[in-house]
Amino acid sequence: MSLRFTLAMARRESRSTRRRLVIYVVAITLGVAALVAINSFRANVATALRGQTRALLGADLILSSRWELTSDVKAVIDSLRTVGAEISRGTSFSSMGLAPRTGFTRLLQVRAVSGGYPFYGAIETEPPGLWDTFRDGRNALVDPAVLVQLDARLGDTLAIGASRFLIAGTITHVPGDIGLESAFAPRAYIPPQYLDETGLLQFGSISWHGTFAKLDDPDGIELLVEAKDSLFEANRVWTTTVPEYEEDLTTGLDRLGSFLGLVGLVALLLGGVGVASGVHVFVSEKLDTAAVLRCLGARQRQAFTIYLLQAVLIGTTGATLGVALGLIVQAVIPQVLQDFLPLDVPFRFEWTAILAGLGIGLWVSLIFALLPLLRIKDVAPLRALRRDFEKAGRRRDPWRLATYAALLASLLGLTVWQAPEAAVGFAFAGAAVVSAAVLGLTAFALMRLTRRFFPRRASFPLRQGIANLFRPHNQTTAVMLAIGSGVFLIAVLYVVQRNLLDQISRETRPDRPNLVMFDIQPDQEEGVARLLEERGAPLLQRTPIVPARLTRVGERSVEEILADTAGPRIPRWALLREYRHTYREVLVGSEELVEGAWFSEAENESGTARISIEEDIAEELRVGIGDRLTWDVQGVPLETEITNVRRVDWARFEPNFFAVFEPGVLDDAPQTFLTLSRVDDPTRRAEIQRDLVIAFPNVVALDLAIIIEAIDAILSKVALAIRFMALFSIACGLVILVGAIATSRYQRLRESVLLKTLGARSRIIRRILATEYFALGSFAGLAGVSLAAIAGWITVRFLFEMSFRLPAVPLLVFWMATALLTTIIGLANSREVVRRTPLAGMRDFAE
Amino acid sequence: MMIITKGLEQTYTSGGRPLTVLKDIDLEIDEREVVAIVGPSGSGKTTLLGLLAGLDLPSAGQVILDGQDLSALSEDERAIVRADKVGFVFQSFQLIPTLTALENVLVPIELRDGDGVDGPTAAARAGGLLERVGLGDRTHHYPAQLSGGEQQRVGLARAFANRPKILMADEPTGNLDAETGANVIEIMVRLNQEEGTTLVLVTHDVELAAKAHRIIRLSGGRIVSDEPVAAP
Repeated sequence: MSLRFTLAMARRESRSTRRRLVIYVVAITLGVAALVAINSFRANVATALRGQTRALLGADLILSSRWELTSDVKAVIDSLRTVGAEISRGTSFSSMGLAPRTGFTRLLQVRAVSGGYPFYGAIETEPPGLWDTFRDGRNALVDPAVLVQLDARLGDTLAIGASRFLIAGTITHVPGDIGLESAFAPRAYIPPQYLDETGLLQFGSISWHGTFAKLDDPDGIELLVEAKDSLFEANRVWTTTVPEYEEDLTTGLDRLGSFLGLVGLVALLLGGVGVASGVHVFVSEKLDTAAVLRCLGARQRQAFTIYLLQAVLIGTTGATLGVALGLIVQAVIPQVLQDFLPLDVPFRFEWTAILAGLGIGLWVSLIFALLPLLRIKDVAPLRALRRDFEKAGRRRDPWRLATYAALLASLLGLTVWQAPEAAVGFAFAGAAVVSAAVLGLTAFALMRLTRRFFPRRASFPLRQGIANLFRPHNQTTAVMLAIGSGVFLIAVLYVVQRNLLDQISRETRPDRPNLVMFDIQPDQEEGVARLLEERGAPLLQRTPIVPARLTRVGERSVEEILADTAGPRIPRWALLREYRHTYREVLVGSEELVEGAWFSEAENESGTARISIEEDIAEELRVGIGDRLTWDVQGVPLETEITNVRRVDWARFEPNFFAVFEPGVLDDAPQTFLTLSRVDDPTRRAEIQRDLVIAFPNVVALDLAIIIEAIDAILSKVALAIRFMALFSIACGLVILVGAIATSRYQRLRESVLLKTLGARSRIIRRILATEYFALGSFAGLAGVSLAAIAGWITVRFLFEMSFRLPAVPLLVFWMATALLTTIIGLANSREVVRRTPLAGMRDFAE
Repeated sequence: MMIITKGLEQTYTSGGRPLTVLKDIDLEIDEREVVAIVGPSGSGKTTLLGLLAGLDLPSAGQVILDGQDLSALSEDERAIVRADKVGFVFQSFQLIPTLTALENVLVPIELRDGDGVDGPTAAARAGGLLERVGLGDRTHHYPAQLSGGEQQRVGLARAFANRPKILMADEPTGNLDAETGANVIEIMVRLNQEEGTTLVLVTHDVELAAKAHRIIRLSGGRIVSDEPVAAP
């Protein structure tokens, strides 16, 4: 038999099955589309960044610090200026904004920028061109969200601190802007000359001071930053250069892309499962033909090749269509991810992603088709003569073992390649294998159990439907894998999102505070308390806050530790950040003592000020009980000794602290206060916020409900991005379900024709089919939902380190919906089976 | 009259052109009569049998089965008629592979839901029929565990399960060797006499046709002869 014959035979043989194979082509198409789209998008992002980073940053170098710049740093900036650098200064802080006309208040991120920033790119405003002129008067430019939240319009007055500004326009684009950034506090730009007048930059408020530089020689910037690194570090100044920023952005967006790619990979793997199950049924029907070919003299390999070529056809067609669909999706992804993207990502053909998609699509369809195809290789010619002939006992076939090994290697290779890091890839592959195994085992158990405990007394349609689950050539395993993994993916997303939201909304229980006020100066404390009392708002908690910097850990200064590159590294942020301490006599509800004794339980033997430290920061700083930490509290050095270690539930909406001081030590230190209250009526909450802003412009008053809304919005956007990719898997699952029904249609048709001949009405046929699909759907749904509950528990408990709550009712609804949907799709696709007249059916079989 | 056909005609579309499979079939078959339909392949035998059983509707003409005009009935109503009055034996047995011999025989009884036959009575009848076809010891075997002759005997037991008035047999011995076929014929004839059934069978088997009261020959979709068989 020549190659030509093999090819011709493959073509002829595919003629009758081509229509049925289409569905598996679609499965591969969806998987390849997901991969090509996300990987092309990743490459698009990298390309876009390469050209735009400078415009995103707006400058060649940014220096930023929590504190006013020291003279050393100022000297460096002056030296830059002498060599021709353009310098721009900016200050940003959080403050309440009030629209006096409407009486609404909102937390704003106030920014004041002087000079020519942005040096690259542009800040766009509506009406256009305001960026260059708004600083000439008492004008403010705000995010469009500010207008919505304050119910204000252009021309209204905006009160920030003690100053009043005219809302001159809105900001439509800021370089490097990420949509999510303004979810908590939208921005308001004010002219820098009015900064002092607001009276907000006083002690205790958190502000950032930035210096933007445009250099004559941008390439020399790395050298400059390196040379002054220790000076910047000692003065707690953070630097950002264009290459650093580009690397950060690329890494960040690429990680986002590769996580989404992993979700997309599930679609491709499901596509593979679809191909395997389709080819399995196809092969079962072709075994006789293969046996005849063998009788006529075809060699094992030739018979095998005829059918392998058809799998190649599925793979090639599927992968090609997948690339085409992927390119369309690629154009949509920037819209889905727009809130995460700091820049426009223009569409570009990414040939590596396209070729990889083609190759992977073909490979996955081949490797998954190979397992069922091997049966063709093993077919005995005798089968052509005696249909019931079965080879006695299948010996361990090295081909089969090799295929399994290749399948596993492909899975690992694909996930590790697509994952942001190898460990994630391995974990993902592991999770995929475990889920597939659980779903496969469920299918096996379903078949075994229904056969074992067959309901012999049940009504005929019920028994017949259940018997279909384990009949020869059944689709139970394939459908179970397809539906189960789809349900698993969607449900686990839901479980995790629901738990995160639950955690936050638990804070809205009637006994929890929902109004928080901070930055209260000592001389305002009484006034705030009185205002709250007059408005009937209880003062639930009052917490002093003392800002401080860490100067020494044990005997070593922070500078020494930073300079020591040989010893164990302590993260820079832990050493250089501004700490906010408090002091009190007791532990609060969100805290738990894990080591040592509380202040009141132990004598202070050394006479040193005692502190309680949070366990995670203790680990970062490599300190424990008895160790000493020295702080700079507004210029006054203060040595402290760690007396005990606390565990803090940071997810609780309460003021939480890395270090709690024993009472007495910080009483006279400069401090601000934070108070919590609860007011149930949202209108009254808004009124109290407004009155507080009018009376105490520097005090920030936050409504917890609005914060929860913001978190909800962010989580929903993250979930949307993941769901978008999961959509491919779900579509793939549905395609496989439809395919499974289509491939088994032949047998169903035959059986329903027989039953009709024997006198069965269509109602009975429908009931048999409904039973089978309902059983399949409910078991697959149950397995998927259970897997989701377990994976959700692992994620919430160990990744987010929060307590887990099972959303039982929604999962139950999910489960039932899966069963119903499967039944409906199953029945909808079986209309022909029900409708066919018996004689027409019998004629088909005779043909 | 058990079966009456008037001007029966059946046309299918094949390759976009009309193909007349049956034409001008006028027949009357008496109660308890045994009729063999014979003819070369493609002469329309199976189609005629199918129309007599209401498996499809004719393009023209009518079939009156036990007084009921099948053309006036819906697909489901015809199914009820079959469940009540017609038994079937197929060339390729057509047992349901997932059911045991006993369960296969029970299928027609169970399809006649609501006629008051309780489980034990039905099982007793099915068991009795299997006993009568000589398979009393194989009631719990699956079709795959039975030989061809045994499978067709299960098929016979299933055909008589509902005490049908008419038995339709399509080449019942076509897939069996001579000896096994003779055995099946013998059982079928015996059950037919015992149950008092009208029997219509399509066959190539001369020996089987000879057991009929009357032989109808088809050729090219028309009746070419309709003659009684001389008593042996």
